[in-house]
Amino acid sequence: MAVNDAIVGWKTITWGCHVLEPGNSAEFRTGDWRSQRPVVDKEKCIKCGMCWIFCPDMAYSQDDEGYYEADMEYCKGCGICAHECPKDAITMVAEEG
Amino acid sequence: MARRVGVEVSIAIAEAVKLAKAEVIPAYPITPQTHIVEHLSEIVANGELDAEFIPVESEHAAMSACCGSSAAGARTFTSSSSQGLSLMSEVLYIPPAMRLPIVNVVANRAMSAPISIWNDHQDIMVQRDTGWIQTFAENGQEAVDLTLHAFRVAEDRRVSLPIIVNIDGFTLSHVIEPIELPDQEAVDAYIPPFKPRYKLDPRKPISMGPVGIPEVYTEAKVAQDNIIKNSKKVIVKAWKEFAEQFGREYNPVETYRTDDAEIMLVTMGSISETAMTAVDKMRDAGQKVGLVRIRLWRPFPGPEFRKAAGKAKVLAVIDRTLPPGALCGPVGAELRSLFYKIPGSPKIFSFVAGLGGRDVTVARFEEIVEKAKKYAKKRPKELYEVIGVREK
Amino acid sequence: MKEVRLHGRGGQGGVTSAELVAIAAIDEGKYAQAFPSFGPERRGAPVAAFIRVSDEKIRTREKVYTPDIVLVLDPALPSLVDVAAGLRDDGIVILNTHLTEAEVRKEFGLKCKLAMVDATKIAIEVLGLPITNTTMLGALLKATGIVSQSHLEEALDRRFGRIAEKNKKALQRAFDETVVAA
Ligand code: SF4
Ligand code: SF4
Repeated sequence: MAVNDAIVGWKTITWGCHVLEPGNSAEFRTGDWRSQRPVVDKEKCIKCGMCWIFCPDMAYSQDDEGYYEADMEYCKGCGICAHECPKDAITMVAEEG
Repeated sequence: MARRVGVEVSIAIAEAVKLAKAEVIPAYPITPQTHIVEHLSEIVANGELDAEFIPVESEHAAMSACCGSSAAGARTFTSSSSQGLSLMSEVLYIPPAMRLPIVNVVANRAMSAPISIWNDHQDIMVQRDTGWIQTFAENGQEAVDLTLHAFRVAEDRRVSLPIIVNIDGFTLSHVIEPIELPDQEAVDAYIPPFKPRYKLDPRKPISMGPVGIPEVYTEAKVAQDNIIKNSKKVIVKAWKEFAEQFGREYNPVETYRTDDAEIMLVTMGSISETAMTAVDKMRDAGQKVGLVRIRLWRPFPGPEFRKAAGKAKVLAVIDRTLPPGALCGPVGAELRSLFYKIPGSPKIFSFVAGLGGRDVTVARFEEIVEKAKKYAKKRPKELYEVIGVREK
Repeated sequence: MKEVRLHGRGGQGGVTSAELVAIAAIDEGKYAQAFPSFGPERRGAPVAAFIRVSDEKIRTREKVYTPDIVLVLDPALPSLVDVAAGLRDDGIVILNTHLTEAEVRKEFGLKCKLAMVDATKIAIEVLGLPITNTTMLGALLKATGIVSQSHLEEALDRRFGRIAEKNKKALQRAFDETVVAA
């Protein structure tokens, strides 16, 4: 049997293929396919926010104490934050399973 | 009151764009389109048209700027030709898919090499499949009328597609002839203000032109194909209303003396008028010859063409391009597909004429008809023949 | 329908002349066409332009191959190009020349109807320049009456603004001095 892998119909696709709801990238759980995760060592962290600036998925947010923490729903494990952290406070550790 | 004036066709087109109140005109000059955009830049500089004229650095930039301004909701016009149109090509695919109703007048010209600034249809046939609605003008009046019609149809929400109006370079663009320029009120009544269904607006953000993954792309393209096919109804209706407003009638396929015609010439663009004179001459000599002219090239008006020419015994189709290595020219191929295996349909013979400014004269049409008659009795080896080519 | 072929040199204003005649005819309510020979424009090189004037809608866009009228702006052109090529039997060639009819016929081998005027001399005297495009329109009017003088002068006014007066003067002098020889 032929497989139809289409996820929209040509009659129901949006006008001009536009994306009509702004900010809907939040719906995409890019964290699904991560193989490594960043772990912040609060001993070394100086709360400079470089990880927050450089994360391409905007996964970081600040907690009440001013430390930065990545949301694992969105972190895709690219390691940019670890590379950019001036204090080497971030370590990439393997995801298990 | 409409004014009847003796004016160069390019200038008249610029005046039509002014009457249509284009708001953004990104353009790059190229022969033989130059007079159109030159005159428009003067009109804008003189304050006669409240528009942004963007003198871009290339045609690629021109079409990119067109996409931006149309997406932001501005009535957008540009014009190009030949190599310039080809430089636009990468961007030309985008506005039809994104439903941006840009109007583009193309002064048709040959492609290099050898370098040629003269008229044929190579430039537009290369862009045949970009998804633009395409019409062909036969004279200066039609160039003006089809430009106005283009704005009206393009911006209709049921269509919302870009339109190319083809005018033959030099043989139309540089000719002085009588043209009736309609008055502003009539044009305003015919072309309502542009109210796009969606536009780029920071108060209500949307994204245009996202990625189409394999699970989406086919559906997006089928939707696009359906939209341009369905646009024919709106195109025809807008011509009907044009006739009511301005008194000049237009149809997707036009005929000339085709009643009882056994052989019909098929043309597109400005050679059609010369073809009419040739038909008159052959009719006077007792030959049953007629003429069918394709005005709407995309979407192709299949049923209309069949109705206009289906009763002919022979169609002599003239292509103004010679696609190297192809079985025949694009118009010939289209008509062969249209009539394929339909019982009683006409025999189709393709001819290539008028390349790179070679004059297509009354005598050439007579020669084509003679050849078509001969081929009707004895099938030629090739599917097309180049007319008026010298061997040694 | 009357068909005109105009011979000039690049930069002499031949295309402008053709345009003015067509515009005058259209203003008169007739149908007309004017177009250049679409070549690369090189100053000084022989160029042609074409005019058609008709009471009915013009339905052809081929170049003019069998003219009723040939208008030659430059005195040297008849020895460079075959100005009478394709001329109809009752056609006329209008020349800018200081030669007499006999001399013209002998020198250029022209057997057709002729009209002659020394337009270069008139242009230098009236306009101060050897540019004969508007001057030769006077000869065209005298020899053929293809358009009315008043409509042609209106077209000149619109085209040339304040220098139109001089051009109209040159045109009038050419009109008066043109000799038509059957
Ligand atoms: S970049 Fe490093 S030091 Fe700076 S806030 Fe992030 S974890 Fe802390
Ligand atoms: S690993 Fe990449 S995606 Fe994850 S938090 Fe760091 S920068 Fe962001």
